[in-house]
Amino acid sequence: MIYTAGVDVGSTQTKAVIIDENLEIVGRALNDTGANVIVAAETAFTTALKDSGLEADAIKYVIGTGYGRYKVTFGDDQVTEISCHGRGAVHMFPKTRTVIDMGGQDTKAIAVTDTGEIRDFCMNDKCAAGTGRFLGAASAALDISLDNLGPTALKATRPVRISTTCTVFAETEILSWLGKGKKIEDILMGVHQSISARSIGLLRRVGIEDEVSFTGGVARNLGMVHVLNKNMGIKMNVSEESHYMGALGGALFAMDRAKTAEEVTA
Amino acid sequence: MKCVAGLDVGSTYTKAAILNSEGDLIGRAMRNTGFKLDEVARKAFDAALEDAGVSESDIGYVISTGYGRHRVDFRDVTVTALTAAARGAHWFFPNSRTVLDIGGQTMKATKLDDNIKVKSFRLNDKCAAGTGAFLEKTARYMDYSTEQIGALAMSSKEEVEISGVCAVFAESEVINQLSIGSEPSDIMQGAMVSLVGRSLQLMRRIKMEPEYTLVGGIMRYPTMVQSLTAELGGDVNVPDGDLVQFVGAIGAATLALQRLAKVEAEE
Repeated sequence: MIYTAGVDVGSTQTKAVIIDENLEIVGRALNDTGANVIVAAETAFTTALKDSGLEADAIKYVIGTGYGRYKVTFGDDQVTEISCHGRGAVHMFPKTRTVIDMGGQDTKAIAVTDTGEIRDFCMNDKCAAGTGRFLGAASAALDISLDNLGPTALKATRPVRISTTCTVFAETEILSWLGKGKKIEDILMGVHQSISARSIGLLRRVGIEDEVSFTGGVARNLGMVHVLNKNMGIKMNVSEESHYMGALGGALFAMDRAKTAEEVTA
Repeated sequence: MKCVAGLDVGSTYTKAAILNSEGDLIGRAMRNTGFKLDEVARKAFDAALEDAGVSESDIGYVISTGYGRHRVDFRDVTVTALTAAARGAHWFFPNSRTVLDIGGQTMKATKLDDNIKVKSFRLNDKCAAGTGAFLEKTARYMDYSTEQIGALAMSSKEEVEISGVCAVFAESEVINQLSIGSEPSDIMQGAMVSLVGRSLQLMRRIKMEPEYTLVGGIMRYPTMVQSLTAELGGDVNVPDGDLVQFVGAIGAATLALQRLAKVEAEE
């Protein structure tokens, strides 16, 4: 059996996925990236190995991806996270033509072909508005864990309209809404709406074509899924593995390479 | 004639200034703005009255300015922050033609005509990377407080380049710089230099003309003023010490004085 791995070193979290030659996930891991990126990549890989019950030398090929992909010192090669998210999403949901990847520091809209190749992409890389960091700011300002943001927002009855664009100023705006006696759920729904508006703007630039798959850490947020679905009038593909989609894409690219190498030697 | 007051309710600090009938500054006070804008305006006003040694009944006219100006319930009228800063700059330096005002959440460049009227202006108020909040965040990422920013930057030997694209993304940049051994002081000064770059962009867009007057809380930082002075060719006006923060409040008060003279003449 051939095994390969993908290690996705994101700005906030590092993900590792190990697959077998039937393209089934056999191990996964997730940890905070923190300041030491090299250690974060090693930790994710070792934890994923433990999860799969495999030894390091059983892994034929490792692809590093994400912003810290060059810090995956044990990796065989690197692939951009845009290619990896596209590949992972099409593998998981074969009818995917548009991918929205929402991570800790950037949001990407990716248009893919039926084979998972990148047709076009657009990203939010100069400003933290519309990214996971906007949720992070809300979480800090309101003292609510990231996991509870979505469920709380879904209880909103009269959402407020967040008027500031900048994440830093939004923290102040959130506190001022609290000061005016607005309910936490109504403020949070406003935060989700604001991110949704910016992300849909990005998606429109590459064209929203059915089916749309939602990947990245923020895809775990049910509130965000709900708001995006509602505002686009569609139902996005979301899975338990959404957070691992970049790492999965990396592992799939690694499997291509491993199988090619196998054929060459055979 | 009575005294007058100017109240400048800014995003970060609320400032109050009292002028006597001669137009001399006789009292001032500053408070953290927080979220109860009406209360903080009252507190700053009371403290300024005490500083001036006058009572509320001695005040004939009150003008409020700044982002929270409509929340000052004891005001007579409001003026925009741009007008107030222009008037205040003129009060300190009568030949001011271009005013650069950097506060906690805004950066404003204003060009004045001969009658101290605002001829053109440009604002940065949508993005923290062009405001004091950028310096505050940079300091915070390195575990320094806002109060330490000035001294920290002054101990810089050679600034490192900070891109200044986004105050949130600056966190990764700061962490990267620290991990390669850059000194916090050099990073802090790098953040100031990036703010200087943004200021010049704004000033060029209004086709700046001398004399240049620098105002707002960020001008408390000596290295900020030094870098701006160097970029602007060596000659700038800056009010002394903490007065840089009171330019808007004083400007509002000078307008209050004019209004009061008019009202009294009509009576």
